[in-house]
Amino acid sequence: MTTLLTPPAGRMRPPGGEGGLRQVLRHRYLLKLLVRRELRSRYKGSVLGLGWSYVRPGVHFAVYFFVVGLFLGMDRQVEHFPIFLFSGMVLVNLLTETLHAATRSVTGNAPLVRKVFLPRELFPTASLLVSLVHFVPGVLILSAGAVAYGWRPSFGALGAGLLGLAIVVLLGYGLGLLCAAVNVFFRDLEQAVDVSIMVVTWSVPMIYPWTHVREHAPGWLFEVYLANPLVSAVSLFQRAFWYPGTGGTFEFPPHLYARSAVALAVSVVALVVGRAVFARTQQRFGQEL
Amino acid sequence: MGPSIVVDSVSKHFTLRHARSLKEMSVRALRGQPLSDRFTALDQVSLTIHPGETVALMGLNGSGKSTLLKMISGVLQPDTGRVLVRGRVAGLIDVGAGLHPELTGRENVYLNGAILGMSEREIERKFDAIVDFSGVGRFLDDQVKFYSSGMFMRLAFSIAAHTEPDVFLIDEVLAVGDPPFREKCLARIRELRGQGRAMVIVAHDIKMLSRLCDRGVMMRQGRVVFDGPADQAGALWREDRQDRQARIVAGNG
Repeated sequence: MTTLLTPPAGRMRPPGGEGGLRQVLRHRYLLKLLVRRELRSRYKGSVLGLGWSYVRPGVHFAVYFFVVGLFLGMDRQVEHFPIFLFSGMVLVNLLTETLHAATRSVTGNAPLVRKVFLPRELFPTASLLVSLVHFVPGVLILSAGAVAYGWRPSFGALGAGLLGLAIVVLLGYGLGLLCAAVNVFFRDLEQAVDVSIMVVTWSVPMIYPWTHVREHAPGWLFEVYLANPLVSAVSLFQRAFWYPGTGGTFEFPPHLYARSAVALAVSVVALVVGRAVFARTQQRFGQEL
Repeated sequence: MGPSIVVDSVSKHFTLRHARSLKEMSVRALRGQPLSDRFTALDQVSLTIHPGETVALMGLNGSGKSTLLKMISGVLQPDTGRVLVRGRVAGLIDVGAGLHPELTGRENVYLNGAILGMSEREIERKFDAIVDFSGVGRFLDDQVKFYSSGMFMRLAFSIAAHTEPDVFLIDEVLAVGDPPFREKCLARIRELRGQGRAMVIVAHDIKMLSRLCDRGVMMRQGRVVFDGPADQAGALWREDRQDRQARIVAGNG
């Protein structure tokens, strides 16, 4: 018994297609499975499983809290220092984890990229989503901690939080696409990205308040510092989760919301550029890997 | 009814890069070694394949068969010329590339099915058939890394063989498994062939290919040198093999 196929409908097209982020939407189901594969395989065989996604930021936090907060006395300068620290940290971790994973996402899936045509944008996108999955417990702990310190949700806080998150997600996605594509051609990039990640941790007002930079850095450097979209994003997260619980004496960087709008625009540009570079270079992934 | 695959005067050059890191690059530059070499993998290849045709790509290693197959699947893009396909393309190109060792067999059926272009509903519908065909049912909930290589290949083949695409590409996979499973694979391919899809097969077994395919395309150094009945193409391929064998023997003697 053989059933004859109806002749395939549609016009002839180049195999593979043009790629682009629209393809990612069309392959939602595969994307979901790729994210699940990433999570399953990372924690498979470990007793704690996804619990490790709590342990890692937990230890990270404890180290900074004891060393910078207690030993170096930052908690005397910043009210509710643990919340201050953690609200910046969850956001910075989201970005660094996205960049770390996205940079390796295409090269790490080399056997697939070489053999089967898939929209390659799926791989960095999956990296971003995995990082977002890890971001959720961080935010839950942060909210619980903030409530313990007298924080209550408000529209202002919510808005600032969402804006900060949007900046980091767009920026991380854009840079992630860019790095994933470039890393196919220059494997040095993944090391360079890891080194930059270390710098990022200290170049945002997460462990110290931004006022320290104003006091110590020359004027032009201070302007450069404030121009970093991440500085605005971290400040927004502090505005969302830390500031409402404090006495309200803290002064945020000048023109925070105007700078945040610029930061958001910069992140959108990063995404557009990252997407364009990825789309152009992905045609050569198959032969480079 | 129009063709399923059109390959229109496609050429492909490869640049073999010897260095990938800055260190390797600078070392090579200092020594005056070239950073890359170029060679031609495909040279003005044209081919039209219609629905219902089963075509064997034949030729020695390095003649461009696999490159051509990757062009049709979209993994590689031609330098010049163009490739067009109609309908869904899926391939058995190195089965197992999509299997993840840390996931269970069951999870891999879904993941690999989706990688090969099946929708969730389609995979669910075919799930039992895939598992039956592969014969790994008992180990379905074990991680694939514990599978024997035979089981691994059987599962991978089984998923791909149930994709039912309009254009089906098969590369070097018919050597998998034990003889009974191999027979089953061939039977499955014949069944798929009978349903009017276009198939392109690369394998090393000339006799099997000649029986399975109606058309043979013989390639030498990136060029199509013969396109016609599979047994004639197979005969040319045998000559090439004997030539190469003779050269090797002469070289040693």
